[in-house]
Amino acid sequence: MALTIPLTLYDQLRHHGEVTYPHECCGVLVGEIDEAGGKAVKTVVQCGNTRTDSPANRYHISPTELVRIQREALLAGHDVVGFYHSHPDHPARWSATDLAEAHWTGCSYVITSVEKGQAVFTNSFLLLDHDEAKRFEDEALEVIEE
Amino acid sequence: MSIKILIPTPLRPYAGKQSIIEVTAQTVDQALSDLVAQHPDLRKHLFSEDGKLRSFVNVYLNDEDIRYLSKGATPVKETDTISIVPSVAGGVRP
Repeated sequence: MALTIPLTLYDQLRHHGEVTYPHECCGVLVGEIDEAGGKAVKTVVQCGNTRTDSPANRYHISPTELVRIQREALLAGHDVVGFYHSHPDHPARWSATDLAEAHWTGCSYVITSVEKGQAVFTNSFLLLDHDEAKRFEDEALEVIEE
Repeated sequence: MSIKILIPTPLRPYAGKQSIIEVTAQTVDQALSDLVAQHPDLRKHLFSEDGKLRSFVNVYLNDEDIRYLSKGATPVKETDTISIVPSVAGGVRP
């Protein structure tokens, strides 16, 4: 399965990581999920990073923001299909903390490496299973030219 | 009375693939109990073995975290919506 995203939204989430550098950015991917599990991003919602104690290497999205985003997505006939965050001066691979604190099974976790303020690589990882069996798998990220 | 619970994407497979479920309740606890009675597979994803909400599960009544209201005893009314949202966090530091 792949995560598809229009180029403008892809640029938008990468740019967010440049703006917040050297801190981690974060946000929500809203879109559609088809019967086969393929996900299409329709909207990127930028969120604040509430980890003001350690924003360069941790992120947390306020559940109050999540509640609003989820409600508005459902009312629009969409779903929360994933999340994104940046890794300042660190590879675009999931960390042990990313896995430990991931709980949206079936959703995509998109990570952008930002080196010296410039977005470099962006990868998507699909969260599978729960609890002890929880794991990330590499996921194809298809950027669509509009 | 009947109120709505919004189900997050990861819990849909255990909730009959529904995003919104109607329950009958007077309090948040009763609403979650009715939800789990309708969809028993949800129980282990919402509650730990001691019956408490799992640490990463946030429950909101409209726009308020129930932990800052009266928790499970918070009364609900017909126009209310309960949202369930697992936490979203991470980062490069262990």
